Amino acid sequence: MKKIVLTLNMFLLLAGVSNAQETIYPAKSQKGTVYIKNGTVHVGNGTVIENATVKITNGKIEEVGTNISVPASGAEVIDATGKKVYPGLILPASNLGLTEITGVRATNDFNEIGEMNPSIRSIAAYNADSKITNTLRSNGILLAHTAPVGALLAGQSSVVQLDAWHWEDAAYKMDNGMHLYMPSLMGRPGGRLGALFAQFMPQAPTDPTKMALERLEIVKKYFREAKVYLAGSPKEVNLKLEAARGLFEKKQKLFVHASQVKQMLLAIDFAKEFDFNVVIVGGSESWQIAPLLKQHNIGVIISQMHDLPTLDDDDIDMPFKAPAVLQKAGVLFCINDDDPQNRGRNLPFNAGTAATYGLTKEEALSAITLNAAKILGTDATTGSIEKGKDANIVISAGDILDMHTSVVEHAFIQGRKIVLDNKHKQLYERYKYKYGIK
Amino acid sequence: MRKIKMLFSCLVLTTMLRAQETFPVNGVADKRDGCYAFTNATIVKDAQNTITNGSLVIRDGKIIAVGTNVSIPKDAVVIDCKDKFIYPSFIDIYSDYGMPQVQRPTGGGFGGPAQLTSNQKGAYGWNQAIKTEVNAYKLFSVDDAKAKTLREAGFGTVLTHQRDGIARGTGSVVTLSNEKENFVIVKDKASAHYSFSKGSSTQTYPSSLMGSIALLRQTYNDAAWYKNNPEAANKEGYNISLKYFNDQQTLPQIFEAQDRGVDLWNLMRADRIGDEFGVQYILKATGKEYQRIKEVAATKAPLIVNLNFPQAQDVEDPNDARLVSLADMKNWELGPSNPAAIEKAGIPFCLTSADLRDPKTFLANLRKAMEYGLSEKAAMEALTKNPATWLGVYDKVGSIDEGKIANFMITSAPVFSEKAVILHNWVNGNKYAIKEDAWYSINGNYKLSVQNAEGIQDYNLEVKSNSSATLVGKDTLAVRFTYDGKNVKINFAPQQRRAAGTGRPGMGGAANASATLPPNANKLSGYSNGKTWNGTGVDSLGNAVTWIAELISLTTAKAEEAKPKTAPKTGKSFYPFTAFGNDEENIPKPETILFKNATVWTSEKQGKLEGTDVLVKNGKIAKIGKNLSEAGAKQIDATGKHLTAGIIDEHSHIASASTNEGGQSVTSEVRMQDNLDPDDINIYRQLSGGVTSSHILHGSANTIGGQTQLIKLRWGTDDKGLIFEGSDPFIKFALGENVKRSSSTQGNVRFPDTRMGVEQVLNDAFNRAKIYEAAKKEHEANAKKKGAATSTFRKDLELEALVEIMNSKRFITCHSYVASEIVVALRVAEKYGFKVNTFTHILEGYKVADKMKAHGANVSTFSDWWAYKNEVQDAIPYNAAIMQKVGLNVAINSDDAEMARRLNQEAAKTVKYGGVSEIDALNMVTINPAKMLHVDNKVGSIKEGKDADLVLWSDHPLSIYAKSLYTVVDGTIYFDRAKDEAMRKEVKAERTRLINKMVGEKRGGAAVAPFTPSYKYIHTCLDHGHKLGLLEIEAGEEEMEHNSNH
Repeated sequence: MKKIVLTLNMFLLLAGVSNAQETIYPAKSQKGTVYIKNGTVHVGNGTVIENATVKITNGKIEEVGTNISVPASGAEVIDATGKKVYPGLILPASNLGLTEITGVRATNDFNEIGEMNPSIRSIAAYNADSKITNTLRSNGILLAHTAPVGALLAGQSSVVQLDAWHWEDAAYKMDNGMHLYMPSLMGRPGGRLGALFAQFMPQAPTDPTKMALERLEIVKKYFREAKVYLAGSPKEVNLKLEAARGLFEKKQKLFVHASQVKQMLLAIDFAKEFDFNVVIVGGSESWQIAPLLKQHNIGVIISQMHDLPTLDDDDIDMPFKAPAVLQKAGVLFCINDDDPQNRGRNLPFNAGTAATYGLTKEEALSAITLNAAKILGTDATTGSIEKGKDANIVISAGDILDMHTSVVEHAFIQGRKIVLDNKHKQLYERYKYKYGIK
Repeated sequence: MRKIKMLFSCLVLTTMLRAQETFPVNGVADKRDGCYAFTNATIVKDAQNTITNGSLVIRDGKIIAVGTNVSIPKDAVVIDCKDKFIYPSFIDIYSDYGMPQVQRPTGGGFGGPAQLTSNQKGAYGWNQAIKTEVNAYKLFSVDDAKAKTLREAGFGTVLTHQRDGIARGTGSVVTLSNEKENFVIVKDKASAHYSFSKGSSTQTYPSSLMGSIALLRQTYNDAAWYKNNPEAANKEGYNISLKYFNDQQTLPQIFEAQDRGVDLWNLMRADRIGDEFGVQYILKATGKEYQRIKEVAATKAPLIVNLNFPQAQDVEDPNDARLVSLADMKNWELGPSNPAAIEKAGIPFCLTSADLRDPKTFLANLRKAMEYGLSEKAAMEALTKNPATWLGVYDKVGSIDEGKIANFMITSAPVFSEKAVILHNWVNGNKYAIKEDAWYSINGNYKLSVQNAEGIQDYNLEVKSNSSATLVGKDTLAVRFTYDGKNVKINFAPQQRRAAGTGRPGMGGAANASATLPPNANKLSGYSNGKTWNGTGVDSLGNAVTWIAELISLTTAKAEEAKPKTAPKTGKSFYPFTAFGNDEENIPKPETILFKNATVWTSEKQGKLEGTDVLVKNGKIAKIGKNLSEAGAKQIDATGKHLTAGIIDEHSHIASASTNEGGQSVTSEVRMQDNLDPDDINIYRQLSGGVTSSHILHGSANTIGGQTQLIKLRWGTDDKGLIFEGSDPFIKFALGENVKRSSSTQGNVRFPDTRMGVEQVLNDAFNRAKIYEAAKKEHEANAKKKGAATSTFRKDLELEALVEIMNSKRFITCHSYVASEIVVALRVAEKYGFKVNTFTHILEGYKVADKMKAHGANVSTFSDWWAYKNEVQDAIPYNAAIMQKVGLNVAINSDDAEMARRLNQEAAKTVKYGGVSEIDALNMVTINPAKMLHVDNKVGSIKEGKDADLVLWSDHPLSIYAKSLYTVVDGTIYFDRAKDEAMRKEVKAERTRLINKMVGEKRGGAAVAPFTPSYKYIHTCLDHGHKLGLLEIEAGEEEMEHNSNH
């Protein structure tokens, strides 16, 4: 397969066509059996099986273990000797497919007008042909959670698999979450910018906590009214109130985007008052309230490992070691990469940093596989290399968490062996050709 | 009797109007001399001379006699000042008293399109922020409401000026009397004023601190050229701004360095401008001088010091306390020690009430400063003689001497003592009563006789203070008593009638101001004439009464207890003044270090050496080899560890107070070296990631940006100490979307708006530079020929930098993305005979690597960034590998304060993307950037004789699992992971101590300010998003709209 694509590429390059990612085809659904043999299988749940074989049948993992016999012929066999086999990585909070070039407004489809948009659905704008997608796949990221951005209630997100013709094929778990962007509880900065703000807002801003609570009350009011609406038999459909159904029926989680401690304390309110499943997204300060998060069963998506610390006084590596604090407290968390300059492809290295600063490598792996699946509500079908799950699998030449060794050689989504080519590799080939680089 | 009447009358008529010769009088002329004698006083003439039991005579607003043997003129109104103290009224050298409110003209600036030229009409200079035409004395008008608050704080004279603009014109010395301005102005042009803030100027340039500095430097050059230069007059025409700038050079030059936030280093920045042009500024201090007193003293600048000490914050909520930095809390604790530190350092200084939230707190804060060690003598001089001398008005104000203006205050006790009350403040011989009621103590026993139709009832009144007394008739009665210096009010319960049956009457012992009185209480009101008071009233039955109170005996005041005061206990100072700074004893110093048995990545031809020792001595790499030993060396076992050269970041924006001067398309005159910030915590954080040198670049807001600065990460040094000595000067250029303002939401009016225009900006700039260079050469040749020293050549800082580029004395690092613009830059450079030294970012460099190679450029790029804006659509992570394979010298840079901590990992990505060898990959952050920065003879590799800039890694240096254990710069260990662990504990302990102290302050009843998160402005190129922490704000000097370009 790979050979064919390469040949195709060469042909196109010689023909002088650039940026030809149009030649990268989604794979046909997998039929029959594929064996990945003799690899070191990192299951995703903390265990590692040496010299193991993964048997994939009709898109599902049929068996994993060391005692699986591989037929000499009649099935596709991938020799993973000396290689590492991982569950497909999951990018747990992103704007993938919703924007192509963030700096170009026309390509942005992630932030709708209005601050109460519960009925908005990210999947409706998801562009399965985004050129970003292929650059993620070639680093082992096979699934992504793609969410709208907004002021308060931004709308609903979906989990997508990254080998699709269209958003309907891409949807892996449609409308799995509602996104609340928590208003800030910190005062306006003073100083020069403060003076500038003051110039245009002559009235002194009121207490930021009070302002935030007032805005949050808008959201709570909405949910209180939605609850009554959904319990009754309303004569007319109200699309916005209707949109809360998934949350109340626990088919959806409430993803609360928050980083400040006070914001997160308020997020817990939603779990208490409405009995929602709440997940914190961002959570740079979540390590401070780890026991509370554990107690209230609130999951955390740590948005960006590679951040500067909150305060000059913080331990210089505070963001790097925050996952270790959550791990120790037993909080369910996963790691994200929302860096706007590389668009998520450094996800495994964000986890790698967590491994350098306190997590074991397997814990770090879980933070971008199984735990992400649990938080997104997709762990029944993905997140680990276990029997019965979708065969979402990555084979890497070395440790996938370390950029120094991470080279993804094969990847399977629902058993389909996907093409790992991307626009970048194609441009690489094009200019290797120009300069005669071997 | 007359004395007292006079005292009272003055309360009503606060001013005596002096008649002016030229002014017609509407009514009857009333010329008076205003002769007063103040007798029996302790007169503090100045900080050195005090007269006990002396007299002071004033006439016509002037002091005519002072001493012990002064004959009192017959026409003098005598005021007995027994037990009183007389001081010269204070002088506030930093005020905008009487200045009109500055009106910000419309146009330009935030929210609007750029305003590239001045909108001031008239024959002024090119920049609206140079306001040398402003003269305070012309704008000045008396404002008695403001004068009153200053007089109440003890001031009699101020230097006032309009606090607006970078050059602010002249200031005037005025007194604080409420008279016609004609009598109030002591000196019309007493000072010239400057700042870094363009104030109400709506012109886009300058938009940054370094731009303000450059504008001032250029103005000095322009003014020197303009001065008495017929050729200049011919070329420039009449230029009001330059003319006045020159005229004002003879005045004391006062610089407000603290305008853009409270940045201590602004003092040093301003002083360096003065040094360059032979001016010693008087600097307005920031309040943080104590943090770097040696550096401040080294400026030799006299200081104007405010007493605006930080308030304690309300940090009872731990979530709030969490967001307040150690530096802010320490500044709160140590702020009041600032005046004492300045005195101790021997720096001449004046004190000012400027910046105080409430001028009323001036004296209280001054006393606080004294608790922290400021001496009375220094305080006195700082408020009298120093300002008067500096401003050349000591013959008029600043002491109590014959012939001076009658500006003095009368106090109840030595003015700096806790109990002192300012009773009067006389200004221009006019009396301003501040606290008349404190003049006499009325405390004592009085016989109160109340007479009604039935006869006289006597009581004994014991006055305890101006608001409390007890009254005894047959019983002790409930009484409410007030005295305001003139009016006495006594309300008391009628005699007890037990029949009233309201329980227990006459709780006499509780009689005080808060006593509850029945509605029918006796009400007396009258006036004090000293020992006798008379008045009228109404008794409990509604009958009119008259009353008299006669003094029986005064209570003698208890002698003040002299408590020996010890300076408050405070924590240590840190260098830098932030968490992870070191105290004086623990400042890192160069050491002799022997790394034993390391895997040494030399970044030289030898490549990687296993099991090798490296000796560091005198800041250099002394020896590399096996089995080395050195007596007295700090031996570090590096078995299983990796030693590399320090990482060099070719593209950084840390450690600077501003980054972008976007006010014009060509700003080669601005310099990063002018606004380095050695206190930036990111220096320390990056040391922890193995970075030892950073190239601090101007941003990418304009085509020809500012001059860059290569620094070494010497954590704890001063701003000059960061500079990489002897490194070649560089400059930042930029192409593409940023310089054509593609992301501007306001549209763009600044040329260029296209890449076509960018080419023209470059061409035009160098064409102008060529013409300038020719003129300069001609001028120099002429000067030599004639041997004449007179210069008529105008030094242009912008073009000077461009001439340096053309002569290969300054080198370009050019922000660039797409293939077309890269080639344009190459061709323009070639046209003008120089090379583009480095292309930075250069994400499409792989497309034209051959052309850059032919030109001889270096390249410095990101490992894997793309898709954040249109011009990086074709950015690929294989870029570095392709360019390296084509033969270019390639570096990987950060352009990001966070990512710079992981540059070794970014280099590692070139192995992943494009198969660069491990050694070549590491070189992309060591020797390769050193080469492109022309410092490869000093740093960038492990070679004997080179600077000992080294990193010891825990693991393979390209691995994500590698941590720096030691980062060494010039043989000094600036980062030591074990020490860092210990420092974390110290930071926590110190934070806890200070939070508790602040909470204690609040619980002790002190006023506290709401908590303020310690936000931090991070200066960036504004080219893309940055990985900032919760409290970090991307600060854009240019319009913030540009910030949207993420």
